[in-house]
Amino acid sequence: MSTRIEASQMMTIKRRPQLGEWVRKTVVYVVVSVVALSMVLPFLWMVSASVKSEAEIFSFPIQWIPSHFFWSNYSKVWTELPFFTYYLNTIKIAVLTTLLQIITCSTAAYAFAKVKFPERDKLFFLYVATMMVPYQVMMIPQFVLIDKIGLIDSHWALILLGAFNPFGVFLFRQFFMSLPEELSEAARIDGLSEFGVYMRIIMPLIRPAIASLTIFTFMHSWNDFLGPLIYLNSDVLFTLQLGMQHFQSEHATEYGPLMAAAVCAIIPTILIYFLAQDHFVEGISAGAVKG
Amino acid sequence: MKSKALRRNRLTGYTFLLPNILGFLIFICFPVCASFLISFTEWNGFGEIKFAGLSNYTRLWSDETFRISLLNSLIMTAVSVPATLILAILAAVALNKGLKGVKIFRTAIFLPHITATIAVAVVWQLIYNPTMGPLNGFLRSLGIDNPPTWLASTEWALFSVIVVSIWHSIGYYMVLYLAGLQGIPKDLYEAAEIDGAGKVSQFRNITLPMLSPVIFFTVIMGIINSFKVFDLVFVLTRGGPGRSTHMLVYDIYETAFQRYEYGYASAMAYVLFAIILVITLIQFRGQKRWVNYS
Repeated sequence: MSTRIEASQMMTIKRRPQLGEWVRKTVVYVVVSVVALSMVLPFLWMVSASVKSEAEIFSFPIQWIPSHFFWSNYSKVWTELPFFTYYLNTIKIAVLTTLLQIITCSTAAYAFAKVKFPERDKLFFLYVATMMVPYQVMMIPQFVLIDKIGLIDSHWALILLGAFNPFGVFLFRQFFMSLPEELSEAARIDGLSEFGVYMRIIMPLIRPAIASLTIFTFMHSWNDFLGPLIYLNSDVLFTLQLGMQHFQSEHATEYGPLMAAAVCAIIPTILIYFLAQDHFVEGISAGAVKG
Repeated sequence: MKSKALRRNRLTGYTFLLPNILGFLIFICFPVCASFLISFTEWNGFGEIKFAGLSNYTRLWSDETFRISLLNSLIMTAVSVPATLILAILAAVALNKGLKGVKIFRTAIFLPHITATIAVAVVWQLIYNPTMGPLNGFLRSLGIDNPPTWLASTEWALFSVIVVSIWHSIGYYMVLYLAGLQGIPKDLYEAAEIDGAGKVSQFRNITLPMLSPVIFFTVIMGIINSFKVFDLVFVLTRGGPGRSTHMLVYDIYETAFQRYEYGYASAMAYVLFAIILVITLIQFRGQKRWVNYS
C-alpha cells in the first residue's frame, strides 16, 4: 500500500513523464499502424487486382477502387478452371487427415499417459525423437512406399502420410498428463472399461486440445504444397495450392483471374481464424513445439 | 497376480497404441532409417540398388550447386531469422502495452502467416514485377529511374525472397512472444518504475530476461524453418535467376523428384538434418549463459 502512495506522489512531482508518455504512446501507435498496414497492403492490392481489368492492375498510381469492376475474373476462375474440384479435393484431404489424426493420436497418447506398461517410455521417446527429423529426410522412402502400395496420384497418399503425426501424440499426451489419475481410477471402479474411460471421461475433458490440434492440422493440410506436388499428377485430383500454382505457370498473363483464385483460396483459412481466434492462437503456440 | 495385471495393461496399452504406432512405424520410423541407408547407395527408384559407400557424401563437397544452395540457405537464415524475431518482439511489446484495437493490429500482423505460401507468392510476384509492378511504379514515382528488377535480378532475387519470408512469418513469432509477455508479472514493472528505471532499461532488464525461454525457443524454430524453406522459392523463382535463390530443400527436391537420384538426395537430406541438429545442440549448450528459467 505504502509503495503505491509513493509511486503516485512521484508521478505528481514529475509532470514531464506524462507528456513523454503521451508522445511515446503516439509514436507506438504510428509505428504499429505502419507495420500493420505494410502487412495488410499486399492483401488489399490482391483483392483490388482480383476485380480489375488486366490493364488496370498495373496502372500507377494504384487505383485501389477500380473504375469498372471485373467480376468476370471470379466467374472465370470457377467456370474455366476446375476450381470447384480443387476446393472439394482440398476439403476432403484436410478433413480426413484431421479426423484420422485426432483419433489415432488421442488413443496413442492415452496409452502413453494413462496405461502403465514397461516399454511405454522407450516408445514415447522414439516418437519425440522423430519430431526432430525434418520432413525431407523421410520424403524419399515415403514416396517409394506409397509407390509400392500403388497410391501415387491418389488423395490417400497425403491422408495416410498425414494421419500419424507424432506431434499430435505429443500434444495430447501433455494434456492427458495434466488430468488427475483419480479421475480415471474412479471411473474404472465404477465399472467403466478402459475404452469407456478414454471416450466418456478423458476425451470430453480435453476439448480445447482437440480444437487446437484440429485447427492446426486442418490449416497445415490446407496450405500444404510440397506433398500434393510430389504425389498428385492428375489435374482432377489437384488441391487448391497445387491448382493455383499450375494456373500461374500455364496462364502466365491472366493476372486478374490469378488474383481472384488466390482470394478464393485463402478465404476459408481467414474465416476459420476469425471464428476461432483464441483456439487458433493456442494451436499455433502449441504447434510451435513441433520441430 | 502381478504378472497378470501387467499382461492386461500391456494388452490395453498396445490396443490403444495400435492404430497410430502401425502408421508411425511404417510411414515415419522406417523412412527415417531407410533414407539413411539409401544415402550410401546409387538408386533411381526403379533399377537395382548399387552400394556406393561414402561417394554421395564426398560428391557433395565438389558439387557447386549444392555449395551455392547451402550458402544461400545460410545467408537466408542469417538475415531473415534476426530480422523476423526482432520485428516480432517489437510488435509484441507494442501490442502488449494495452493499445486500443489490439485485436485488429494482431490480426493484421498475423494475417500473412495464416495465408498459404502459394497465394502469398503469386501476389508478391506481381508486386515485384520489374516493368509493371506497383513496387517499381512507386520507386519510379520517387524519381528512381532504374529500380532493381527484384526477382529477375541475380543480385536482388535472394533479398526479395528474404523480404517475403520475413513478412510471411513475423505474425507467427509475434503470437508466441505475446503469449510469453502475458506471463510476465506486472509488479516487476511497477517495482522498476518506483526505482526510477526508464522504459528502455525495463525492456533490457525485465522484458528480455523474462522472455528469454521463448526467445531461445523461437531462435531454434526460426533457424529450422528457414533451412526448410521450399514453397516460396518454388513459386517465386524456381531457384533462379541462375542459381541465385537455390536453397537446400529446393536442391533436395530437384535431385530426388526431377533427376531421380535418390541416393544423392538422401545424403543431402541427412546433411540438412545434421546441420539442424548441430545448430540446435550448440544453442542448447549456450543457453545457460542467457536463458533464464525462473
